[in-house]
Amino acid sequence: MENVYSALMQALQLTIVVAGAPLLTGWVRTLKCWMQGRRTAGLLQPYRDLARLFSKDIVLAENASWIFRFAPYVVFGATLMAGAVIPLISFDLPLGATADIIALVALFATARFFLALAAMDTGTAFGGMGSSREMTVASLAEPAMLMSIFTVSLASQSTSLSQMAHVITSTPLVLRPSLAFALLAFILIAVAETGRVPVDNPATHLELTMIHEAMILEYSGRHLALIEWAGMMKLLLFSSIGIACFFPWGISGHGDPLMLPPAFVILAAKLALIGIFIVLVETGLAKMRLFRVPEFLGSAFLLATLGMLSFFILE
Amino acid sequence: MQSPLDLSIASVIVLLCASAAAPLLSSKQKHLVTFTFAASAFASLLAFAGGLSALYGGAAESVKLLIGLPDLPFYLRLDPLSGFFIMVVAALGFCVSIYSIGYVRSFIGRRSVTPLAVFYCLFMAGMLLVLLSDDAYSFMVSWELMALSSFLLVCFEDERPQNRKAAFIYLLIAHIGAILILLSFGLLAGNAAGFTDFSGYTFQAMRESGISGGWASAAFLLGFFGFAAKAGVVPLHAWLPEAHPAAPSNVSALMSGAMLKTAVYGMARLSFDLLPVSAWWWGGLVLTLGLISALMGVLYALMQHDLKRLLAYHSVENIGIILIGLGLAMIFTSFNMPLMAALALTAGLYHTLNHAMFKGLLFMGSGAVLHATGQRNMEGMGGLIHRMPWTAPLFLVGCLSISALPPLNGFVSEWLTFQSFLLSPVLPSRLLNILIPLGAAMLALTGVLAAACFVKVFGVVFLGRWRGRHKTEVHEVGWSMRAGMGLTAFACIALGVFPTLMIDMMNSIPGAMLGVKLDVHRGLSWIWLAPVSAERASYSAPIALLGICAAIAAAYIVAHARKTAVRRAPAWDCGFEKMTSRMQYNATSFSMPIRRIFGFLFSIKEGARASGKHPSAFFPGKYTYTLRVRDRLWYFFYKPAADVSFWLARKAGKLQHGRIQIYLLYSFVTLIALLVFA
Repeated sequence: MENVYSALMQALQLTIVVAGAPLLTGWVRTLKCWMQGRRTAGLLQPYRDLARLFSKDIVLAENASWIFRFAPYVVFGATLMAGAVIPLISFDLPLGATADIIALVALFATARFFLALAAMDTGTAFGGMGSSREMTVASLAEPAMLMSIFTVSLASQSTSLSQMAHVITSTPLVLRPSLAFALLAFILIAVAETGRVPVDNPATHLELTMIHEAMILEYSGRHLALIEWAGMMKLLLFSSIGIACFFPWGISGHGDPLMLPPAFVILAAKLALIGIFIVLVETGLAKMRLFRVPEFLGSAFLLATLGMLSFFILE
Repeated sequence: MQSPLDLSIASVIVLLCASAAAPLLSSKQKHLVTFTFAASAFASLLAFAGGLSALYGGAAESVKLLIGLPDLPFYLRLDPLSGFFIMVVAALGFCVSIYSIGYVRSFIGRRSVTPLAVFYCLFMAGMLLVLLSDDAYSFMVSWELMALSSFLLVCFEDERPQNRKAAFIYLLIAHIGAILILLSFGLLAGNAAGFTDFSGYTFQAMRESGISGGWASAAFLLGFFGFAAKAGVVPLHAWLPEAHPAAPSNVSALMSGAMLKTAVYGMARLSFDLLPVSAWWWGGLVLTLGLISALMGVLYALMQHDLKRLLAYHSVENIGIILIGLGLAMIFTSFNMPLMAALALTAGLYHTLNHAMFKGLLFMGSGAVLHATGQRNMEGMGGLIHRMPWTAPLFLVGCLSISALPPLNGFVSEWLTFQSFLLSPVLPSRLLNILIPLGAAMLALTGVLAAACFVKVFGVVFLGRWRGRHKTEVHEVGWSMRAGMGLTAFACIALGVFPTLMIDMMNSIPGAMLGVKLDVHRGLSWIWLAPVSAERASYSAPIALLGICAAIAAAYIVAHARKTAVRRAPAWDCGFEKMTSRMQYNATSFSMPIRRIFGFLFSIKEGARASGKHPSAFFPGKYTYTLRVRDRLWYFFYKPAADVSFWLARKAGKLQHGRIQIYLLYSFVTLIALLVFA
């Protein structure tokens, strides 16, 4: 019985990741339109985009090899696997122990590796440019990410996401300066990893500023749909990692079905707030030059290191 | 049923016989290649069986051979640690030997392959003997056998001056290292039995001597830097990117995958067995140098466009990662925390095995590329995936492994290293608590930079379009080369997906060295890796792989629910027209952002020059870009060392006049001097 319940929870969370991700993206785009005084295409436009892409024919570049055709599936598969590990509404996750947060970050790295390879595959200048820039940004983000994780794990003595979230919810609320620093660092990193302004602009096709978009220029049809979908899932998942590490209150405990509806509502509310935050940042800031990104991510690293120091000195 | 030690000795004897028999066949080069490499593959199998059963059995076994000098017999010993390293060397040796059957044939007709065959077998035998020897004397003899035979392999293609130069630098550094090791053994032996007696030369006597204090630290420092010179630890690394590319690719695979591991073995033997770890700064030194090597290795690798040089720099990086594990293990041991030391040691040793497999695979793959295209410069390659349908996916497996991506093997050992890093808050020293996590961040940076580097390698060599000026006929390599690469690729996948099988078997090493065994399951079933506790952190590669595959299958079904057509068209590229293959990103342009961010660590000379009819106009006929990236250490350390040794050699050369009377005079003077002082 317990196993069936956990399996159901797992399936429910996967459904939320797969089906809810376009909604979050739609919410962000709608808000952005409101902020900028434009008419919106509606909350559901990302679903319509995906459906349209799935039904379109594919145009492959002449030089594309099997890597190019295989990469969208790997990107989607690795991102979905990451989604199976992160607690969204319940700690009851049979697959939750498959990967701790270090392995989780590495799953995203696998997806990125294949996408960067696919970008090099068509033999165009933009593909190489995107892949080179993406790997550069990632390499600067990763040490900061690890420091931030390390700081959070100092308090919970664990790198398993469910355990980290569980420890925070089950101990009385204390304001920890280390977590505040780690949170600031995590926000900066998440912005870089999900390719949002000010590091990258998901809406641009201006050739000299593209990072992520430059990598997927040659994709079309269902391949593009899978990559776009995985990108939306990544935004949802990074938001959920942030929620699980820093604001896990509201996630339902083990074998507690009655807590599920409130947990669902709380999750939706938190994600909606994150959407508002993203839009405020994206409307208020301009995209920065590529060679300003090291400073941006360097400050994320410093913040995370300060968090660690403050744990050892103050706590 | 033979004992593990007998199997290993038999393997050495087979190798020595094969190298002795090889010159007899030198008139029939094709048969020579098949015979020698088949024999070395067979010998590797024997050694593999011996090493694996010693590791599995967990007991030590020793024997005294009646060879060597009078009163100084050779002692051999096989315990779990040496068994593990023998297994690593033999597993790679087997794959490389199979590969060599096809690879060495390509030299036939151009030059005689007899020296290659002879010294290849001697090299293998030397590595195995280093791992087996149990006294300082046989250790140094085998160490020299290994160093000299590999030196002769490096200068196999000696018509090129840069190969001769590389071989010289290699020999120089190898001997500086050997002197330091000898001095370290001298200190240990002197402490065991006094400086006038030879009986302290066995490792057993050194173990029992209980050396401590300043002498122990001196012996450790000498031995560590001696082995570090062989392992290519920064700042003693500069020979490595010169020597490994100069050797034939099968030898590079063995040197990088196996020979560097004998140095790791030496460090582990010295610091966990022969010497009692006493001060935490030993581990701190190893950890610091490991971190510097890892980061500098990968950054140098990113700057390269010669495929084999790039891979050689990655060996520096991976040796650094192995040293991180060893260093952490030493720190934990010095604070008397054997369980945590066991985890860090296992992480380091597992990375040793993994690195042997994926670096062997990558060097063999680079040999296949070299074989197919006739060049090592990546700037002139591209699109090989269309011409080499087997080599490309095998090489990709190696790239994924070395980039530490799940579910492959490189990730497992890096994950274990991270877990050991995360245990550092329990250390009772505030300074270490704060400094060690910064090391974890450096390791994370190294991992992603390695991924960036291998996106560059695979993307520039195998993907895109051909970048060279001339069309060359590229062809896939033969079956034996594919088989050698395929076996190592299989090992990479198996070690990545089922890590617990191997790690459970490796448990006898911490059992023998630290006196504790590691439980990596913590009450979960065998597919889970949970080195500290199930709540703390867990990773399950089989489930991750199955999950990814299931998600891919689901995505495939969803994406193919509606029938859509696939057609080919020229690349869109934002609507730009007339793209030529010269406009693609190449190795130099790919690493440009990283070169700009980390450029202060190198000495970089960059220049651009317009030429042609109107060089000053807006449309010059030709635009030349030059880039030179050098190791700063080269000028500080290596050039002076080489200059001094040449200077000494010239001075010593003055003694030699080629006249017999003078030599007789020298002997006479020496005799008189001995009689006076003795």
